[in-house]
Amino acid sequence: MAVGRDGFVSQASLLRLHHRFRALDRNKKGYLSRMDLQQIGALAVNPLGDRIIESFFPDGSQRVDFPGFVRVLAHFRPVEDEDTETQDPKKPEPLNSRRNKLHYAFQLYDLDRDGKISRHEMLQVLRLMVGVQVTEEQLENIADRTVQEADEDGDGAVSFVEFTKSLEKMDVEQKMSIRILK
Amino acid sequence: MLRAALSLLALPLAGAAEEPTQKPESPGEPPPGLELFRWQWHEVEAPYLVALWILVASLAKIVFHLSRKVTSLVPESCLLILLGLVLGGIVLAVAKKAEYQLEPGTFFLFLLPPIVLDSGYFMPSRLFFDNLGAILTYAVVGTLWNAFTTGAALWGLQQAGLVAPRVQAGLLDFLLFGSLISAVDPVAVLAVFEEVHVNETLFIIVFGESLLNDAVTVVLYKVCNSFVEMGSANVQATDYLKGVASLFVVSLGGAAVGLVFAFLLALTTRFTKRVRIIEPLLVFLLAYAAYLTAEMASLSAILAVTMCGLGCKKYVEANISHKSRTTVKYTMKTLASCAETVIFMLLGISAVDSSKWAWDSGLVLGTLIFILFFRALGVVLQTWVLNQFRLVPLDKIDQVVMSYGGLRGAVAFALVILLDRTKVPAKDYFVATTIVVVFFTVIVQGLTIKPLVKWLKVKRSEHHKPTLNQELHEHTFDHILAAVEDVVGHHGYHYWRDRWEQFDKKYLSQLLMRRSAYRIRDQIWDVYYRLNIRDAISFVDQGGHVLSSTGLTLPSMPSRNSVAETSVTNLLRESGSGACLDLQVIDTVRSGRDREDAVMHHLLCGGLYKPRRRYKASCSRHFISEDAQERQDKEVFQQNMKRRLESFKSTKHNIYFTKSKPRPRKTGRRKKDGVANAEATNGKHRGLGFQDTAAVILTVESEEEEEESDSSETEKEDDEGIIFVARATNEVLQEGKVSGSLEVCPSPRIIPPSPTCAEKELPWKSGQGDLAVYVSSETTKIVPVDMQTGWNQSISSLESLASPPCNQAPILTCLPPHPRGTEEPQVPLHLPSDPRSSFAFPPSLAKAGRSRSESSADLPQQQELQPLMGHKDHTHLSPGTATSHWCIQFNRGSRL
Repeated sequence: MAVGRDGFVSQASLLRLHHRFRALDRNKKGYLSRMDLQQIGALAVNPLGDRIIESFFPDGSQRVDFPGFVRVLAHFRPVEDEDTETQDPKKPEPLNSRRNKLHYAFQLYDLDRDGKISRHEMLQVLRLMVGVQVTEEQLENIADRTVQEADEDGDGAVSFVEFTKSLEKMDVEQKMSIRILK
Repeated sequence: MLRAALSLLALPLAGAAEEPTQKPESPGEPPPGLELFRWQWHEVEAPYLVALWILVASLAKIVFHLSRKVTSLVPESCLLILLGLVLGGIVLAVAKKAEYQLEPGTFFLFLLPPIVLDSGYFMPSRLFFDNLGAILTYAVVGTLWNAFTTGAALWGLQQAGLVAPRVQAGLLDFLLFGSLISAVDPVAVLAVFEEVHVNETLFIIVFGESLLNDAVTVVLYKVCNSFVEMGSANVQATDYLKGVASLFVVSLGGAAVGLVFAFLLALTTRFTKRVRIIEPLLVFLLAYAAYLTAEMASLSAILAVTMCGLGCKKYVEANISHKSRTTVKYTMKTLASCAETVIFMLLGISAVDSSKWAWDSGLVLGTLIFILFFRALGVVLQTWVLNQFRLVPLDKIDQVVMSYGGLRGAVAFALVILLDRTKVPAKDYFVATTIVVVFFTVIVQGLTIKPLVKWLKVKRSEHHKPTLNQELHEHTFDHILAAVEDVVGHHGYHYWRDRWEQFDKKYLSQLLMRRSAYRIRDQIWDVYYRLNIRDAISFVDQGGHVLSSTGLTLPSMPSRNSVAETSVTNLLRESGSGACLDLQVIDTVRSGRDREDAVMHHLLCGGLYKPRRRYKASCSRHFISEDAQERQDKEVFQQNMKRRLESFKSTKHNIYFTKSKPRPRKTGRRKKDGVANAEATNGKHRGLGFQDTAAVILTVESEEEEEESDSSETEKEDDEGIIFVARATNEVLQEGKVSGSLEVCPSPRIIPPSPTCAEKELPWKSGQGDLAVYVSSETTKIVPVDMQTGWNQSISSLESLASPPCNQAPILTCLPPHPRGTEEPQVPLHLPSDPRSSFAFPPSLAKAGRSRSESSADLPQQQELQPLMGHKDHTHLSPGTATSHWCIQFNRGSRL
């Protein structure tokens, strides 16, 4: 049985995830391809479905093995108190830290991986999120406004720092966590 | 002093109370002919007293709030109860008997519904459903637990001999009492917790519990009551089963009734476009109907109204007009606040009536201790279980606040009054105990909960303004979580919420919302819209100077490092508008004096109220006519906008002059004005298409015309005011696409010499000779119509000389609005390079320009009425050709 490299995910969840992994892996390849994830029904209707599937395949790879699968999902593990208390400065930040959670979301916006959400990228996300009732022009206006709102250095794009800052009042730890991944 | 004032208030009441007793004597006597003056107190008595009570309560509220210190320490509900006690005492002293009571009938039929509707309607639904599990647990399990443990413990107390033997009650009686005393009361909780700003989660759990436990309370109460009436010997096993079943019937039935009425309400408001005035009424009527229907079927009425409010809000808010929304909000708040005030005051008054009391210290003390103890125990036990499933566990402090926040209130009191004394011999003792419990929880706990919350450092709620980023990212997070749940293969809360949203989008909203309301439903759009409104309001509030002085700082945006405002590039970047690319204008260095002048000029120009428009007959019952103040505000707003248009004109205007002749001093000053304002126009980068709200009044007919074709976005919401449009410069210039119109402004079609019907709708188009501007919805463009037509015509007249007229008039109507908008700002730049522009300007131009410079700033109105380049003059020059050349001009514009 493949075991996730980061031991942050509990044994029970790991088992559950492995079970799921094998169920998704239709012809027992030992890895998942994009196709495997795309066949999840509800993911197809999710406006961000494609992007989330893409996030399982970093650097354009075609397959994701179980550790990789767990690593992505580990972002959504709830933050527990002991995590923050026993923070070892030498250890790398856990995947479910606020920063990493935000970074995962940021990645979904930043399609060209240049570390910035450009106006265009913002517009694309908005187009996915906002219903058809809002016209293209309004969408552009919203996108402009959104970028302007977060943009602090005036480069017309939202960097990760600015992204983090625009969400500093939000309870990201809570909003980007799923209980069963404890 | 307070007391004196109150007793003064109470005296007429007490006097009035005696009145009816004296009255009955008079009918017996023969009528002494025609009376000059008749005193008909008994005919108005009931409503008069109601009005008086509410008046007294409201006045009392005013008095309480005179001192901020008192209200910050003492919850209003406590003060009202105390006031009630005082008033009750006075009435008792004057009338020698207790006149007024909190009648259960009045309470349940009239006082409770507004409060519940208010809380259901304004319930933060997302938060509510996020915590629904916890709320339901506390409401159902918690209430059952409280009822049974309290009842049983009291019975045990009696068995132990600690309750005096005159309290004749068996186990069933105590259970009945336990069921009515155990429920946390929504009115009391709301009254206290609204002043203690604990964090949202904690609030929604306590408050949600208090609302939803009504079903349990009602069932328990009814079941116990019927058992008591049947006598414990006759109760059979099937009755217990029926009792359990009725719990489901009552709660689910109540919720179903509420949802059905919510559906009806949403559906009805979809069709009220032409009768906006009854929208608020519909909301109240249908919600009340839901309450009464549930009450009639002896289902949980509170649950019904809560669900009705919760369910309909989204659709109703989208369907009804902005004014109706405000009306609904305030009426609901007013009614609820009234009802709450009266309830607490009557509670106080009722307590004075000692004839209904029977005191037993053992019972009272025992009940107090037990309800506190079992509430705490129940909360701890349930929380422990819940925390196994909660993402964010409720910590100990939360549990303390939840236990302590379990206030009992008027519901318990009304229920205990409803008991039948013949069946429940201990009723009087129960009444006394209930009164003490209610007073204790509301006064003692209400007083101490604020310090407690402070002392325990409970997380407070923090209000921050919504930002587009937060809204957008929150939505993204939701979708991400739903997707991750899919990947993990666990269909949890996020999955179902996502499902529900899709269902809602596909079917429900289609059915329940009018089409033009869709975008309001979209939350991101909604936030965007509200931010814009806020910006516009604060902009107008500050007389428009926010923009002109610093380029632009929209209030809702985080302030950014100020850039050197004179820098052209910065200004262009900041402004991001394509409105004014005239470097000359932007570059002009302004002296402080000039600026001051400009500011003063604009202040006067914008601030003075000039009645300018006629309004529709103002005494229609179906349309609200604005009052003078509102009209004036509107007027001022328009003046502001107009001024900016003016500045746009004058900016251009100056350019013509640089070419024609040395500028007179006044023009120079105007130019400075123009500069300041050009900045405003262009500092207001996010472009401003605006349609004054007043348009509503004038466009009623047009709305009717379009009623059937409401598929298009041209359907106008009468309440949409201002839209700021943000757009980057290069985009404006490069994208030559047909832009969708904002639905607020009708799409800026070409403006042919004959006004389109869209134009006719515009308020400023309605009157001849009225301000002839056209506000386009794109880019920055507040482009005066007379400018456009004038300019276009001047170009076309030039062209008519240079090139043969080509007849492409039909294209006119379908040309995209865009080119005109972008072409316009470029005019100054492109003009010098155009060989034809060296051609002398048509006399009309020069003339108009001169006349403007002469009339100058002190006659703004006259200026408006004189289009810069009038049609009239021009048609003399090239009659007939003007129309046909428009398109040429446009095509050129788009090429540029």
